[in-house]
Amino acid sequence: MATSTTTRPAAATTAGDRRPRRRSTAVTRAPWILVAPFLALFVLTFVLPILVAIGQSFTTVTREGLFGEEGVTSSFAWFENYRLALEDGNFVASIGRMLLFGVVQVPVMIIAATVLALLLESASARWPGLFRAAYFLPYGIPGVLATILWSFLYVPGLSPIIDVTSMLFGFEPDFLGAGTVLWSIANIVTWTYAGYNMLIIVAQLKAIPPELYESARVDGAGPWRTAWSIQLPLIRPALVLTTVFSIIGTLQLFAEPQLLQTVSPAIDSQYTPNLSAYTTAFAYNDYNVAAAQSVLIALVAFALSFLFLRLTNRSSR
Amino acid sequence: MTTATVPTRPLDPADRRAAVAEPSTGRGPGRRPATTILVTGILVVVAVYFLVPVYWVVVAATKTTDDLFGTNGFLLGEHFALLENLGAVLTYNDGIFVRWFLNSVLYAGVGALVATYLAAAAGYALAKYRFRGSNLVFGLVLGGVLVPGTATALPLFLLFSQLGLANTYWSVLIPSLVSPFGLFLCRIYADATVDGSLVEAARIDGAGELRIFHTIGLRIMTPALVTVFLFQLVGIWNNYFLPLVMLSDQDLYPITLGLNNWNSQTDRLPEFYELTTGGVLLSIIPLAVAMIMLQRFWRGGLTEGAVKA
Repeated sequence: MATSTTTRPAAATTAGDRRPRRRSTAVTRAPWILVAPFLALFVLTFVLPILVAIGQSFTTVTREGLFGEEGVTSSFAWFENYRLALEDGNFVASIGRMLLFGVVQVPVMIIAATVLALLLESASARWPGLFRAAYFLPYGIPGVLATILWSFLYVPGLSPIIDVTSMLFGFEPDFLGAGTVLWSIANIVTWTYAGYNMLIIVAQLKAIPPELYESARVDGAGPWRTAWSIQLPLIRPALVLTTVFSIIGTLQLFAEPQLLQTVSPAIDSQYTPNLSAYTTAFAYNDYNVAAAQSVLIALVAFALSFLFLRLTNRSSR
Repeated sequence: MTTATVPTRPLDPADRRAAVAEPSTGRGPGRRPATTILVTGILVVVAVYFLVPVYWVVVAATKTTDDLFGTNGFLLGEHFALLENLGAVLTYNDGIFVRWFLNSVLYAGVGALVATYLAAAAGYALAKYRFRGSNLVFGLVLGGVLVPGTATALPLFLLFSQLGLANTYWSVLIPSLVSPFGLFLCRIYADATVDGSLVEAARIDGAGELRIFHTIGLRIMTPALVTVFLFQLVGIWNNYFLPLVMLSDQDLYPITLGLNNWNSQTDRLPEFYELTTGGVLLSIIPLAVAMIMLQRFWRGGLTEGAVKA
């Protein structure tokens, strides 16, 4: 291990005149060698698809003959596909539905995650490690499986929850109706990700220097005051991060509604923006409009994340 | 030649903070028993919410189809049919379930391993070298973090079908090899922990640039790499949209797609209820165990990213 301490001066002197140049080319080449594999795959799986999507979204394909047997021509379509996408009332409605979903579900989940994190890190909690593990567990369950699990708990006849409420209170909640199914989906998403967000917040709570708690106690601050004036301001970056990821996640919602479709007639094939794009592409085989929809979804996600970051930046100043 | 004059690596900030914070868990305002009972009570109620669906599937997997519909979901049925159900899951259709499971292991294991290595190399390079274009590369990748994964899946399918890659193992594996978020974390972590003078010392010792990365960089970055690996592993394991778009051959399905296939047949063929609940139980167990055992690894690198984001 320690041999190099003695060899170092020797190496430095003998290397003398010829080393620097060879090393400098190595130093300019090395970062590219290290970056290249990642960059190549990134270009293939992110940059190219995005370019393809943008290209497709500005193209229109016309088929000659009844089944396109007389040839297919594509031409530049300006904003025709975007016009079609935005004129589709169901697609626009699906974006509105996700905004409503996000405005309710994201704050509920982030607040719940924050409260749980604060409780777990408070001195009053017993067995915090055990509870933390229990809350984090659903994150390891794929959204598809979580939806299958909850759908069994939602379906009348199978659901023990409905059995229990009808026995105790004499009423049978309808989890899958037109007015409720959106919130049943919100419940699945919250169940899956609340613990994960909680863990990010806990990580940042643990990073608060203990001296701060000490001086707060000396100043006579109680637990509420400590949470409000010390912990909340200091976990702000974690809250911003988890909120941005949740906003992006909300716009991507797909597996939950797609699976619940089989048990809830209230969910149509354009219930969420992503479901809509998927249906346009694979049920209607209209890749160009689907591409325009994908681009629009990404733009809305960008715009909302950006807006949120701007708002939080401004209020911190 | 020894590249390791490595002065014992300085405790990284996260470790140090944890070490200081841990003993003081009993800090804070008085621990009155009433408060303890109240807080613990709330935590128990919340734990019930998180565990109920899991408990339900454990119970459901032990029941026959008749009991599933005829008895209360939270209580055991008249027949204890767990082994028969699990046997049916494992043998149905020549053991297709096992195949799906192994596919998931392949996609998630190989994907996460390679993705972590590539993100580490690129993140290290961006943190430790000043080179023309580095800011452009980082900006590009940062944009990638914000692009919804499902927005790229459709165009990726169009691209891969032109390349003849759609409906192959590669169509799911290749996109899993890239983790923009991983690069982001690795860059921040390398910036904060890999000491420039250490790299310089290794150079003077005559170590090549790539060797320095592999022997010094990777070792110092290990805590962040574990986090990146876990993120990517769970991300690929849970992925549904990408394989759904890419794959039509059942033999290539990961477990999520396979179980969805079974679940969608329950309304016509009731025996698929047992296959689905048994399959869900079997596929939750390994990941649940892994999540709980590896819980502490989710912290280290994660805070670094969160704090500086």
